[in-house]
Amino acid sequence: MSETLKQLRGIFVSLRLTVVLLALSIVLIFWATLDQVNLGIWAVQQKFFHSFLVWVKLGSLQVPVYPGGYLIGGLLLANLISAHVYRFKAGWRKSGIWIAHAGLILLLIGQLVTGLVQKESVMRLDEGETKNYAESSRFNELAIIDVTDPKVDAVVAIPESLLASGTVIQNPKLPFKVVPRGYFPNTDIAMRSQAPAAAPSVVTQGIGLQVTTSPVDVTYKEDARNMPAAYVELVGPDGSLGTWDVSLWFNPEFAPGPFLGVPQKFDFGGRTWKLVMRPTRTYEPYSVTLEKFSHDIYPGTDIPKNFSSKVRINPPGGGEGREVLIYMNNPLRYAGLTYYQQSFDPNTDKTTILEVVSNPSWLVPYISCGAITLGLLIQFMIHLVGFARKRRSA
Amino acid sequence: MTRRLPLLITLGAAVCFLLGLYPGWVQQPAAVTAFGRLPVLSEGRFKPLDSVARSTLLQIQGKQTIILPDKDQTEVTPDEWLLDVLFMPEKADDYPIFYIDDPDLISLVGKSEANLSIHRHSFKELVPHLGEIEAQMKLAEPVADQSRTHFQSSVVQLYGNLSHYLRLRRAIVPEGSTDFLSELLQLQGDLVDGIEAVRLKEAGKPHDEAKAKAIIDEGQKFVAMAESTDLLAIPPDEGDPDPFAWHNAGHALLETFGKGDVNPSVLAYAGMAYAWRNHVPDKFEHIVDLYGASLEKHFPRQVKKARIETIFNAAMPFYAGMWIYLGAFLFAILSWVKWPEASRKTAWGLVALGWVLATAGILTRMWLEGRPPVTNLYSSALFIGWGSVGLCLVLEAIYKNAIGTAAAGMIGFATLIIAHHLALSGDTLEMMRAVLDSNFWLGTHVVVVATGYASTFLSGALAIIYIMRGVFTRSLDKATADALARMVYGIVCFATLFSFVGTVLGGIWADQSWGRFWGWDPKENGALIIVIWNALILHARWGGMVKQRGLMCLAVFGNIVTSWSYFGTNMLGIGLHSYGWTQAAFWWLSGFVATQLVIIAIGNTPLEKWRSFRAGPAA
Repeated sequence: MSETLKQLRGIFVSLRLTVVLLALSIVLIFWATLDQVNLGIWAVQQKFFHSFLVWVKLGSLQVPVYPGGYLIGGLLLANLISAHVYRFKAGWRKSGIWIAHAGLILLLIGQLVTGLVQKESVMRLDEGETKNYAESSRFNELAIIDVTDPKVDAVVAIPESLLASGTVIQNPKLPFKVVPRGYFPNTDIAMRSQAPAAAPSVVTQGIGLQVTTSPVDVTYKEDARNMPAAYVELVGPDGSLGTWDVSLWFNPEFAPGPFLGVPQKFDFGGRTWKLVMRPTRTYEPYSVTLEKFSHDIYPGTDIPKNFSSKVRINPPGGGEGREVLIYMNNPLRYAGLTYYQQSFDPNTDKTTILEVVSNPSWLVPYISCGAITLGLLIQFMIHLVGFARKRRSA
Repeated sequence: MTRRLPLLITLGAAVCFLLGLYPGWVQQPAAVTAFGRLPVLSEGRFKPLDSVARSTLLQIQGKQTIILPDKDQTEVTPDEWLLDVLFMPEKADDYPIFYIDDPDLISLVGKSEANLSIHRHSFKELVPHLGEIEAQMKLAEPVADQSRTHFQSSVVQLYGNLSHYLRLRRAIVPEGSTDFLSELLQLQGDLVDGIEAVRLKEAGKPHDEAKAKAIIDEGQKFVAMAESTDLLAIPPDEGDPDPFAWHNAGHALLETFGKGDVNPSVLAYAGMAYAWRNHVPDKFEHIVDLYGASLEKHFPRQVKKARIETIFNAAMPFYAGMWIYLGAFLFAILSWVKWPEASRKTAWGLVALGWVLATAGILTRMWLEGRPPVTNLYSSALFIGWGSVGLCLVLEAIYKNAIGTAAAGMIGFATLIIAHHLALSGDTLEMMRAVLDSNFWLGTHVVVVATGYASTFLSGALAIIYIMRGVFTRSLDKATADALARMVYGIVCFATLFSFVGTVLGGIWADQSWGRFWGWDPKENGALIIVIWNALILHARWGGMVKQRGLMCLAVFGNIVTSWSYFGTNMLGIGLHSYGWTQAAFWWLSGFVATQLVIIAIGNTPLEKWRSFRAGPAA
């Protein structure tokens, strides 16, 4: 082996590298924690932890200034594995360290996988309501729905990201093309009648004619939602059908008044179509009914004591459903998903908000942490026994 | 004699503490104490009126007793104060209790430069300025907590304290009523005719207008009372299945019109009001005893808890422990300079006494709450102190060199003084919010994490002793230095294990409640940083990158890391764990970090400059 390679190997298996990486990770976490005040937790995770480098804006330039979570975590993993491969010696004196580090490797890999595959959405249910889908609290989609048949809706959902990229969309289920003419990740609206001086927009059809849509800064607040809007032109074989404003503000769930919540419909090719911007949906083969929501407070105060939702799971193809009580610290795990009591509508006290999480690797932390704990215990007990023996003989 | 001295000093301290419990030493009549023991439902839990009085006074004026500015400096106990607030408000309004330290706010309430040093004001002095205070409060309230100026937070706080006071003032006797008992007896007498008159009036038939008006006036008074207090002092009727169905006095009185009888508990309180106002001590005592006995019959559990809590309040085991730890620390230091054996043993005895008091106090709190030891920031400070001191006792039992007791005194005193200040924000046995309401996880995750914090602080404290003794004294010989190094190393191992396991248990709790094992929440990050820091110390030691002195400096930096995780993350005001925190704490934290940095700098002076090592360095 050449000298340089040996040196490189020496660095890679060294404890010095471990200490440097640990120090780097402390600074990274500390910085990320402080930055949450500005960015919110989700954006901080993307910037600091789910990244190889942390980029910072200097003037108008984005400059990488610090190693990100993937880089530090990856190097730690490499350091850990190579050190163990290189220095492996069988024997019980180091057994605790081996077990702890094996657990740590599993934990790092498990968290990487979780970061990549975990999906979170919410299910908002009024008492008595049944739903077979959960909605994203961050992403939205444009749904184009064929509502001709009152019994069945045929839906084509276009993710927000596609609208943002400006890609022209042609889908075999649609007799027209969808041409994005503008996209705004967060907006404010006002009635056009209230703002006579507003510039004219490209909109030619629908409710969008009566409002003005103005872009605003994207929000990172935990409790706020971005309200995206897009201008889409629908183009049939014989030319344009017009341009619509599709905005989350027109969704009945978010609309500031009933007037704006009226669905935008039009007829084309002998069928009736509906355009609606909505939180991205994930459908499940079964449905969930909220039977009752309860919200208890401590007497004489407004401190919440407990929230709970009694729900019924209706399996696919009918059949006997089962009733489950979801409450704080007691989620429902069903069909690979976990339903947690997240929140409720304080205005009515009759609407529950359940968080729906899909995380196939949820068991990994339990196993790896068990291994690390066991390893540390063994190792420190070995130290302790040695120490006690030495003192007794001294 | 010298051989017995340590024991005598320890026993002396214990006797002093026990004497404080002796009823004869309390400066209030037995009937007043008995009144303080009456249970009520307030802030979601049953507690004695004594606790209501104490936590309100702590919140409003920062201490539990009132010293009147008369020439005798008369002391008013919390129970006497509460009696005056409830039953003789015109007297209570003169007590100087509202603490104001913001100069702008002091001038707002009409004080000149000359008496700026008077920080406590009576309600009567503030009454003419209520309008301005409310106007300023409304301006300040929309500003987020962290970005309020000192004046803004002061005015919001003062307004909160004033309304708290007013809610108590109207809890049992309506505003302006000087003879509530006669009023109620009159009502009881006129009730049947009066209700009939109201019924006729509503039906538009001929009626006795005076009688109808009297009843309606009373009813309106009760509505005002029911709406203006949150003290649920009146127990549910006999046979009510819900033990939490306590009412406030106004609410209970409104039921008079439906039931045809004035609530007997309200009558009992009105009787106490009469006797207290008219200075008839034997009558007062009689009514309190009768009412207490009837409560005991129907609510034996609540009465028992209230009694124990009152004794606990008066004993103040943590306050006493604070001074005992300080004494222990001084004796431990003394043992390195003079009288090594006697001082060391005295320090040991005092630490043990303080720890026993803290243990008893924490156990009492757990029994009162029916919860694991750590439920909020206050109890975490108590527990971290308790855990560190416990570990120190083990170290001292092994090494017998007063290092364990010095560290115990230092940490015990510091954590209890922090707890003492945390108690100023109100009831420390407050109810748990739904999301935290899980005895299992509070008992595992929180306790283990707090133990991890405690041990990290302990290693830092031991390292400070190493540096200070090594640099400034000649007392750090090789044996002591090696012993300290072994202690710090051992405690860091312990801290790594506990902070890691605690953090992981937190992750599992989060997975159980919120659906994610890890969410990069500030408090989680803080805990993780402690784990990584401890791991870093161990790896640096194993890799030979640091020796004794380096280990000590790293351990001192552990104090900074831990205090940031413990307090600093709360100051960010984000995330699921944040408790809400004040600006004052920020300056204390910065000050603490600065002192630790100075100590690290001292530790980095060349070894030949260390007084202990001038003869020849040990490390």
